[in-house]
Amino acid sequence: MTESSQAAFSAAAAQGRGALVGYLPVGYPSVPGSLEALRALCGVGGDGPGVDLVEIGLPYSDPIMDGPVIQQAGTKALERGVRTSDVFAAVEAVRSTGTPAVVMTYWNLVDHYGPDAFARDLANAGGSGLITPDLIPDEAEDWFSASEAHGLDRIFLVSPSSTDERISSTVAACRGWVYATSVMGVTGTRTSSPSAAPELVSRIRSLAPGTPVGVGLGVSTGDQAADVVSYADAVIVGSAFIKPLLAAEAAGHPDDLSGLRAVLADLADGVRRRS
Amino acid sequence: MNHISLPDQAGHFDAFGGRYVPEALIAALNQLEAEFDRASLEPAFWQELDRLRREYSGRPTPLTEVPKFAQHCGRARVFLKREDLNHTGSHKINNVLGQALLTKRMGKTRVIAETGAGQHGVATATAAALLGMRCRVYMGRVDTDRQALNVARMQLLGAEVVAVESGSQTLKDAMNEAMRDWVASVDNTHYLIGTVGGPHPFPKMVREFQRVISTEIKAQASERFGRLPDAVAACVGGGSNAIGTFADFIDEPDVALYGFEAGGDGVETGRHAASIQGGSIGVLHGMRTYILQDADGQTKESHSISAGLDYPGVGPEHAWLAATGRANYEAVTDAEAMAAFQLLCRTEGIMPAIESAHALAGVIRLGQRLAAEQPDAEPLIVACLSGRGDKDVDTAISYFGLPGHPDLYTGGVA
Repeated sequence: MTESSQAAFSAAAAQGRGALVGYLPVGYPSVPGSLEALRALCGVGGDGPGVDLVEIGLPYSDPIMDGPVIQQAGTKALERGVRTSDVFAAVEAVRSTGTPAVVMTYWNLVDHYGPDAFARDLANAGGSGLITPDLIPDEAEDWFSASEAHGLDRIFLVSPSSTDERISSTVAACRGWVYATSVMGVTGTRTSSPSAAPELVSRIRSLAPGTPVGVGLGVSTGDQAADVVSYADAVIVGSAFIKPLLAAEAAGHPDDLSGLRAVLADLADGVRRRS
Repeated sequence: MNHISLPDQAGHFDAFGGRYVPEALIAALNQLEAEFDRASLEPAFWQELDRLRREYSGRPTPLTEVPKFAQHCGRARVFLKREDLNHTGSHKINNVLGQALLTKRMGKTRVIAETGAGQHGVATATAAALLGMRCRVYMGRVDTDRQALNVARMQLLGAEVVAVESGSQTLKDAMNEAMRDWVASVDNTHYLIGTVGGPHPFPKMVREFQRVISTEIKAQASERFGRLPDAVAACVGGGSNAIGTFADFIDEPDVALYGFEAGGDGVETGRHAASIQGGSIGVLHGMRTYILQDADGQTKESHSISAGLDYPGVGPEHAWLAATGRANYEAVTDAEAMAAFQLLCRTEGIMPAIESAHALAGVIRLGQRLAAEQPDAEPLIVACLSGRGDKDVDTAISYFGLPGHPDLYTGGVA
């Protein structure tokens, strides 16, 4: 049964903190290996808490919103034969840990699978919704009907360059929460905290009060995460989780999840800090 | 036929086109669209562009009759629209000058571009030098290796060339990387797309900047023959020279439109770049159009001897023209294109770009077909010679197995 990914935000809020959303692509280092990594992201096999919501990436040949780290893992996953249908197994693996899951991918893969069939299979696997980095509400007619029919969240992106009018219309088109891209740029870790994010979140709050806001792009450390959740409902982290997986493979131990667990511990601590 | 009204406000050519891009780019696309719409209504903008086309680029380009080549084209009279005689050697400069002027109007100081063979990159680097803008060109690593001369040309013109090592390391990946740059740099940077593809308003804007090709053909044909051609033909990769060649004829039902895609080893082999003939409808680089994709919708690599046509998509207006049947698209193989390349060199003393040789091969086929269908007719065909072949000499040397040394030596001491 699907439940809104918003529940993950509410559960964290009930603990007086912001939520941690973690991204990993299905298929890297292999399909089975990625399921293990996703379970580790949910806290399985570790000492501390996992993420509150998992964002499962479905690799695409032309990922224009992704920086080098996610590109590298995605390209390897595709070379190793990951298929669209594998993402549903990944959703099931995450759901089996009790953690909610959303999928993030580029529109052509959903379009080609058939938006309604994709929504049906995602809902059947227990997924909560879909993040669409290259689908704006203006082009999303098919996705509105498919997501409504199967009760899925629609998470569109807003950006620091979005006008007030577009923030309002995009948030109105979302179901669940809205993804605020913290900087003008693509995914990838950055050393400083995202400077455009506080203003963007405050614009969203005043234009669309009550909408949960997740902030992503560039966050890699517990300190940055603590900073982001001081003004947003959730912090979204991707590349920082993938880097230790790439490093593990480069060192000849692709199944070594200790680096991933260390990053998770730091970030999970970050969102639990009292400022 | 209400072509003039397309695309609609949202950039759709019926089911094709649109904007499948990150929200971060919408503000820049809206700004560009507004600036283009404003400039389009200002005579001074077009006067300045016309001046550059005349004094800098060398327009109007001639219409050259090629009677010896035409002996291989049934009973057709064949004329070439000589875009190869433009400054920088191809039609690419038509669009680049227009977008570069818009960049200045928007107060942006930097342009970025993608390039395959290097023609669009060279044209962009040229305009950036002329108008005093910084320029960075993204080029797939495979292409920087096989087009080293054009890399050096861009560098001599002051541009920075970035070899893209992600994905298949060709034109499509260069376009991805340029998009990523643009997402992070829209404040001061214009992405100068070289084809009639990408998100709205690029397909419409680039068409308008390339329209000059068909406007001139129309005027030249009326003056020389007192009538319109029976058919116009062009090669189609992304499709910018073809849209330029078609634009003023789309609403002239008596003029047949022919686009020739790169058939590579043959569409049936799967190794080709014929998105319309051998692809299916999908989304790539911000547009819905015909693309080459696998069973999951992952983009498939294209294959063509011509780097400029080696792209797994096509502009959305071509998709629309194909779907409505207004234009005819056929695939031409590497072998057919190279035979036409050699034929034009030998019969007319004109060395075409291999891209343009696809149009020439198509005209040979079309002329012979028309002769079989209507033995008494003498059809008038205009083909766009979109670029010159100097850049392709290395490819030709290896394709034809030229020895790479003189035929004879004389005057030495044994």
